[in-house]
Amino acid sequence: MKQKGWKELKPGAVVTEPGSALKFKTGSWRAYKPKWVPENCIQCLFCWIYCPDMSVPVKDGKRGDFDYDYCKGCGICALECPGKKGNKAIVMEEEGK
Amino acid sequence: MGKIVAVTGNEAVAEAFRQVNPDVCAAYPITPSTDLMQRFSSLANNGKVKTEMILVESEHSAMSACIGASAGGGRVITATSSQGMALMWEELFIASGSRFPIVMALVNRALSAPLNIHGDHSDGMGARDCGWIQLWSENAQEAYDNAIQSFRIAEHLDIRLPAMTCMDGFIISHSIERIEYLDDAAVKDFVGEFKQTNPLLDVDNPVSYGPLILTDYYMEYRRAHAEVMSKVKGVVLDVAKDFEKISGRKYGLFETYRLEDAEIGIVVLNSAAGTTKDAIDIFRDKGIKAGLLKPRLFRPFPYEEVGEALKHLKAVCVLDRADAFGASYGPLFMEIASSLYQYGQRPLMMNKIYGLGGRDYMPDQAEYVLSDLVETAKSGKIKNIREYIGVRE
Repeated sequence: MKQKGWKELKPGAVVTEPGSALKFKTGSWRAYKPKWVPENCIQCLFCWIYCPDMSVPVKDGKRGDFDYDYCKGCGICALECPGKKGNKAIVMEEEGK
Repeated sequence: MGKIVAVTGNEAVAEAFRQVNPDVCAAYPITPSTDLMQRFSSLANNGKVKTEMILVESEHSAMSACIGASAGGGRVITATSSQGMALMWEELFIASGSRFPIVMALVNRALSAPLNIHGDHSDGMGARDCGWIQLWSENAQEAYDNAIQSFRIAEHLDIRLPAMTCMDGFIISHSIERIEYLDDAAVKDFVGEFKQTNPLLDVDNPVSYGPLILTDYYMEYRRAHAEVMSKVKGVVLDVAKDFEKISGRKYGLFETYRLEDAEIGIVVLNSAAGTTKDAIDIFRDKGIKAGLLKPRLFRPFPYEEVGEALKHLKAVCVLDRADAFGASYGPLFMEIASSLYQYGQRPLMMNKIYGLGGRDYMPDQAEYVLSDLVETAKSGKIKNIREYIGVRE
């Protein structure tokens, strides 16, 4: 996306478009990346509830793989994940490995 | 039209605010502006204005409430002094950066410590770079007139910036002077209706204020703010022209007094200008060509115009009622020096710090400064480039 010059900005940095945070992708802030392990997932959706952003897409009541455009790698989902029989359905991995 | 009254500076500005009848006022009392807000809140409590008074627990909250009310869509006022202005510090930037045209009466007072409640420009000078418009006033009449004009300037669609009008604490805020008030209807017509662009309370068109702007856009927003600032002086002059039509009183970016044919000049803000004019008259009677320049619009500072008005002088003394510890000179001197620096031939310049913490500025001090200027202009040499006057050794 071409960045705007100073003459094209809205006065006072007012945001007039609702939901425009969708366009602000924050995934590059991440140092650790959550990895979804579907075989350990019981679809409790705790990860969806606890995610401070919108990185856990849910369709028809079931979660899919992470949307890494918005995941900052905070690790809350991995912490809250109850897993199955002691095996977590979300594990954190270092970026770049 | 209008009426002639004997009132204090605080009373005059409270009356201006009554006539403008703003939507919201959030304020916290602090000497010497307390009396201004006490009078205005009485007007609100007695139903003389429709203003919603928000009584808060600090100036930090006062400016925060002003910001919220302005974002909501209201015409908003407040008043403060000294430590109160200092406590508003971070919000001052938020108000200007968000382009909220809040109008504030700043009753200038010294900053603590040591604790002092009297007239001094340290508060206004401390806030000079926070992106607000600043109008300074010599007397109660100017404080009243500036307060009314500041609404038009701040709310102008090309500007939309907050504005503070300054007057000297106690010396003006608490002294009774002869003032000419305008008719209520004339003031109402002059300021007109206020309509906020993108108000938060317009629920059909939702907006957000205060987004996070990082390295990719912050500089562009600052550049845009600077551009808006550059348009202020034109608006100030247009508004002054309209104001003259209803009041008969002339305003510019600054006032000059016997300056055109002068050889020496004093630059001074606010109430001390009155005393200085008297001293200039005494020197003029002796055949000495002395003059004065009193800035009115201090932010944005009209460099070109001030430079043009002063460049012909042989010597200029800038009087500062605020110190700038560790800086080369007082804050007003630095503006004047910058205004004149571009000229190859420029006046000899000196800076004198006076009147801190409300110390009286006496006619003999003004005469001392003029004598120093006469000598400097004659000898071509500056004796004291920077000194304190009226201080005990």
